[in-house]
Amino acid sequence: MMAKLSNNQIAWRAAQDIHDSAYVNLGIGFPEKVAQYQPAGREAIFHTENGILDFGPPPAKGEEDWDLINAGKKAVTLRPGSAFFHHADSFAMVRGGHLDVAILGAYEVAENGDLANWSTGPKGVPAVGGAMDLVHGAKRVAVITDHVTKDGKPKLVKRCTLPLTGVACVTRVYTSLAVIDIEEGRFVLREKLAGLSLADLQAVTEAELLVSGSVADLTVPDL
Amino acid sequence: MDKTAADLATAVAGIEDGMTVMIGGFGGAGSPIELIHALIDRFLATGKPSGLTVINNNAGNGHVGLAALIEAGMVRKLICSFPRSADPVVFTELYQAGRIELELVPQGTLAERIRAGGAGIPAFYTPTSFGTDLAKGKPVEEFEGRSYVRERWLKADVALVKAEAADTHGNLTYRAAARNFNPLMCMAAAETVVQASRIVPAGGIDPEIVITPGIFVQKVVAVPHPQQEEDLNLANAIYPEVA
Repeated sequence: MMAKLSNNQIAWRAAQDIHDSAYVNLGIGFPEKVAQYQPAGREAIFHTENGILDFGPPPAKGEEDWDLINAGKKAVTLRPGSAFFHHADSFAMVRGGHLDVAILGAYEVAENGDLANWSTGPKGVPAVGGAMDLVHGAKRVAVITDHVTKDGKPKLVKRCTLPLTGVACVTRVYTSLAVIDIEEGRFVLREKLAGLSLADLQAVTEAELLVSGSVADLTVPDL
Repeated sequence: MDKTAADLATAVAGIEDGMTVMIGGFGGAGSPIELIHALIDRFLATGKPSGLTVINNNAGNGHVGLAALIEAGMVRKLICSFPRSADPVVFTELYQAGRIELELVPQGTLAERIRAGGAGIPAFYTPTSFGTDLAKGKPVEEFEGRSYVRERWLKADVALVKAEAADTHGNLTYRAAARNFNPLMCMAAAETVVQASRIVPAGGIDPEIVITPGIFVQKVVAVPHPQQEEDLNLANAIYPEVA
């Protein structure tokens, strides 16, 4: 079996690219892990769609305040300098280009930057939440994901087959095997695991990986 | 001027069959549980109102609040962004049985449609949903080289809102992230009904900290110790309680 990064390690790698003083939105679920790995000495301010800037980690069990929740409806805490606002202001921050980074999960990412992350098809009750808003407006829209599906199928594809969340919106993908930028409608490989050959990586990636300049080793601590 | 309603039953008395009702809150935060339950009480006593169109971010959780309103059979259509929750069984079963209509709206578009309704703006353009299934049938226009989808305002007959403090003029403050959709819905309804943890005389709220100015509010009712949906669900509460 191919060595790969754990979800914690993918989240760690994504966190290394968040610059000091960045305003950041993390999608619900897996992307929330990114907040745990902020590099020391850098301060990121986290935005949650339901109306808080600069929230902190969850409170101790039994200390929850249910008026103080994140977009995933989990209890959070406040940090010094936090602010509350209503939903129209919150999405003005999103669509208005005021966020530096949004980090989201994905079912599929296409080489043209299309993202599918809200619906796996017509079965069940459809639910979109803020996913379609978050892909517009942040200066960088990054995706963190396993490189392949649970069945081993590529998630980095030529064209998405699942219902789209947004068109040509993703700028960088952090996977369990590689870091890949999307430039001019192509996947450009930036980093890959040291033991992994380009051919092996390409074999689990549907769209062609472009190599432009050097490819660095994707190096992540044990977490 | 005194907008104080005598009790919860009086506060919700103006809601009639077939009306569109905005209900504030994001999940349990800011959800006016007591107003919703008062409306269910009226329905159980009189058979009215039913056939409601409800606008909320979610579709309820468990068997209290909005979920209980849906479970009582009072809701014909739901306009929301995320009809999933820890326990969405009430909405899910009705939806899958084809007994409730759903209009799914991206969350930021939902907020802006409500804001537009309150601000007298019939339509606006947003990048959200361009190129997706949720933009189907909607006009698209290009601005500065990017494509935007035209969305329409949302208005309501009545809004049910939860605030922290209200004064007798209807000026409101909110608590923490319980603010969410509440101030927008106050603007977008013909009649806004507010439950507040405390009601103070005019002048009792510093004008510098008023979030919703009283012009957007028609009725306020005091609910000193409001219930939280999460606490009720942790206790497996069901409304109305089975005797």
